[in-house]
Amino acid sequence: MSRGFGDIYLTLFGLELSVMFQYRAAVVIWLLGLVLQPVVYMVVWLRVAEAKGGKVGDFDAGSIVAYFLVMMLVNHATFTWHMFEMGWRVRSGFYNAILVQPLHPWHRDVLANVAYKVLALGVILPVAALLAWYFEPTLQPPLWAVAAFVPAVILAFFTRFLFEWALGLLAFWITDTSGLNNLYMAFILIFSGRLAPLDLLPPILQTIAAWSPFEWMVAFPVELLLGRLTPEQTMHGLAMQVLWIAIGFAVMQLTWVRASSRYSAVGA
Amino acid sequence: MSMPAIRCDALSKTYRVPEREPGLWNAAKSLIHRRTRDVEAVQSVSFEVAPGEVVGFLGPNGAGKTTTLKMLSGLLNPSSGQVRVLDHEPFRRERGFLQQITLVMGNRNQMVWDLPVADSFARNRAIYRLQRTDFNETVAELTELLDLGELMAKPVRNLSLGERMKCEVAVALLHRPQILFLDEPTLGLDVTMQRRIRTFIAEYNQRVGATVLLTSHYMADVEALCKRVIVIHQGQLLFDGALVDLVQQFAPHKTIVVDLEREGLDLSGYADSVSVDGSRVTLLVPKSAAAQTTGRLLAELPVVDLTVEEPPIEEVIEQVFSQQHTST
Repeated sequence: MSRGFGDIYLTLFGLELSVMFQYRAAVVIWLLGLVLQPVVYMVVWLRVAEAKGGKVGDFDAGSIVAYFLVMMLVNHATFTWHMFEMGWRVRSGFYNAILVQPLHPWHRDVLANVAYKVLALGVILPVAALLAWYFEPTLQPPLWAVAAFVPAVILAFFTRFLFEWALGLLAFWITDTSGLNNLYMAFILIFSGRLAPLDLLPPILQTIAAWSPFEWMVAFPVELLLGRLTPEQTMHGLAMQVLWIAIGFAVMQLTWVRASSRYSAVGA
Repeated sequence: MSMPAIRCDALSKTYRVPEREPGLWNAAKSLIHRRTRDVEAVQSVSFEVAPGEVVGFLGPNGAGKTTTLKMLSGLLNPSSGQVRVLDHEPFRRERGFLQQITLVMGNRNQMVWDLPVADSFARNRAIYRLQRTDFNETVAELTELLDLGELMAKPVRNLSLGERMKCEVAVALLHRPQILFLDEPTLGLDVTMQRRIRTFIAEYNQRVGATVLLTSHYMADVEALCKRVIVIHQGQLLFDGALVDLVQQFAPHKTIVVDLEREGLDLSGYADSVSVDGSRVTLLVPKSAAAQTTGRLLAELPVVDLTVEEPPIEEVIEQVFSQQHTST
């Protein structure tokens, strides 16, 4: 009995992919939502820029399009759905089967996420290419920014995953997490730069975003690929991501210990 | 004496449950003033189970059986008391502990719903870190014992209840656990399938020497598998001992069935409860009077055949609970 995590991850990743193949239509519908939202915001901001003589802040039409297209990809790479699902899991007794197996449940959720993201890339990349062809973004990042973008997105994923997973654990206290999920969505929409580039927000909101984990979940990798950050700002951003991952991991572990000790294992 | 596989000492679990009267007004009131009630699901239960023993855990619905199993398997944190399983504290859920136990719940799916059964086997192989050779050997063995061959390629959601339970039991035993917590493993199955699962559990116990704690509402399961039973009611332990002793202790009557040479004889003087079916008469007599009544029947009547039977175990269990209910 001595096989490592590599085998667990490969096997579970394959199984998660297989499950998603069973639900092709659902995968595509989810993707439509992910694609439509940034496209709507992009069109709105293009209208605003047009009304203001071609620019809003220092964003012209080409950079607005680039911002929302990259944001669409980063949001796809980093979003999770577990906070919404956690309430159902607690209410239905889903955890009964999971907790008696020698694997922390968060491993399965990471793998389910990665499997979905990989599978959906086959759709979202061509859609992004089509949108880029139609809207003509201005995107000329330096090579180092492209290189730094990859770890920034991976760290952004873990920052977002850990916080949303830890918050989802509140389901062990409040049982229904759908309201919490909606409240959280309002915060992340504003402070992660999904609704608008953070530079266009009032200074007080920009400060809140910088001191929260949200900026590092989406806005930071987007601005990095747009070439709007200096190497120093990039290093600072990566450091902030590592810091928030450490905080998120500690919060998740502490919350998990408390949550599982009050689990009432409903259902037979 | 070897260390017990399972040891509970004054084990208790109290749930705090919200409580309110029905209706919209009461729902609104509960927003401001939330009322809760403590439910003592398990109260100071103590017992030990030796390695390799198969024990029936009996009780009516809501008695605390499943709550106890959940504490023993590490799902629930006990409110008080001590519990050790294979010298582990279950709630810590250490890998070394989880590798050695399994929990099968008859009404709950633990496999990957959308995928073929073989994928659930593969999942458990990875999670329990089984060597492929050991895994293949175990799968072949389980496939043969439970006749799983054709089911392996079928999606779990397309299995019948009986087929699914066979697979559930198999997938739960892939890692060859030393302790089996079986909560209603034959629930809803037809008689043939119940027998099959029972036989399999007995064989597994023999082969691996595993300890089994079984809850079931089917007394056939208990009679076939368990020499010892633990009876729990309203969270409290009522009886812990041999199944035959339970019958001795709690069955107040014996049943005497007499076949007579002719019909129409009056046997009302022999017992309070008499039922007649042609020349066959069934009498329910107090256990203490069984021998004397049998002697009288043989001496005084034209008896062709006579048998003295213990009441069915279902009736005995019913008697245990009804006595307890009366005393509380």
